[in-house]
Amino acid sequence: MESRLKEGKDTVYIVNFWATWCKPCVKELANFDRVARENQDNAVRVLLVSIDDKSTLNTTVKPFVQRQDLQAEVLMLDELKPHVWIDRVDSSWSGAIPATMLVQTSTRRREFFEQEFSYVELNNKLSDFLKGTP
Amino acid sequence: MAWLIAMFSAISMSAVDLPDGVKVGDPAPDFNIRNIDNKRISLSTFKEAKGIILVFTCNSCPFSKKYEDRIINLHTKYAGKGWPVLAVNSNDSTISEEDSFSAMQMLASEHGYKFPYGLDETQTMAMKYGARRTPHVFLIQINNSKFTVTYIGAIDDNANDPSKVETRFVENAIDNMIKGEPVEPSITKAIGCTIKWRNH
Repeated sequence: MESRLKEGKDTVYIVNFWATWCKPCVKELANFDRVARENQDNAVRVLLVSIDDKSTLNTTVKPFVQRQDLQAEVLMLDELKPHVWIDRVDSSWSGAIPATMLVQTSTRRREFFEQEFSYVELNNKLSDFLKGTP
Repeated sequence: MAWLIAMFSAISMSAVDLPDGVKVGDPAPDFNIRNIDNKRISLSTFKEAKGIILVFTCNSCPFSKKYEDRIINLHTKYAGKGWPVLAVNSNDSTISEEDSFSAMQMLASEHGYKFPYGLDETQTMAMKYGARRTPHVFLIQINNSKFTVTYIGAIDDNANDPSKVETRFVENAIDNMIKGEPVEPSITKAIGCTIKWRNH
């Protein structure tokens, strides 16, 4: 993940943590996908990081992603100890999902949100973040 | 679509709009919630106990379901040692129907809960404690009628597979308190569902 974020230094990444079992997460996925599609020509990428149980990758997560026809890049978290990695994502994160991070490697700017996003809210947050970009 | 192995390393900043709640070492805030038997529960309900295993949980959250048997087992193992479980649901049932008072009563009776399962209708208990997810555990030690928060966090380190748990945080913490030893770690994090806040 860290290396993925460094691939595009100037790119603004919207990293959303979700799971197939999380109703509010599933509800907001379409909003993230819409923002991904609308910003294809901008230096904005949406990464949807699934924290489903790894053993359900082929049985649950992949079929779910195919059904949803998501354009955004989907990743699966490969970490075992949540009490370790949650703090490494953000110390303010309680571990509740959905959670979303806006990050730009070149400027070391990041913002973390433990909340749900409507399309409008997400778009506004992104615009604010982009305005702060040199 | 790419499937990548994700690794994290980050320094952080953040925005939080919910109250921070209690910290380890703080006095446990009092509360007044309705148990499934319609009686009110507060800290004083537990005045004869040595401690309380307070678990913010609910009916609907898949992670609460994964942990339900382990919560029942905690009560079985520790109630006799003076540490009963208190399960509390703070979800707004207008947002999450499965978490209504009658649904709580049904689940507790079907699954044979031997501990109270209270409804935090006003969500003030979750706010005071700073509960953010389900399940979210707060251990409250009782000494000379003083109620002190001694641990905040996860039940153990593997939600998905109880057989692969390496560290049982809550059990270790209680065992240590019973032995009069310090609780370490006293804060842990875990994945969970958000608490369904009213007007949010």
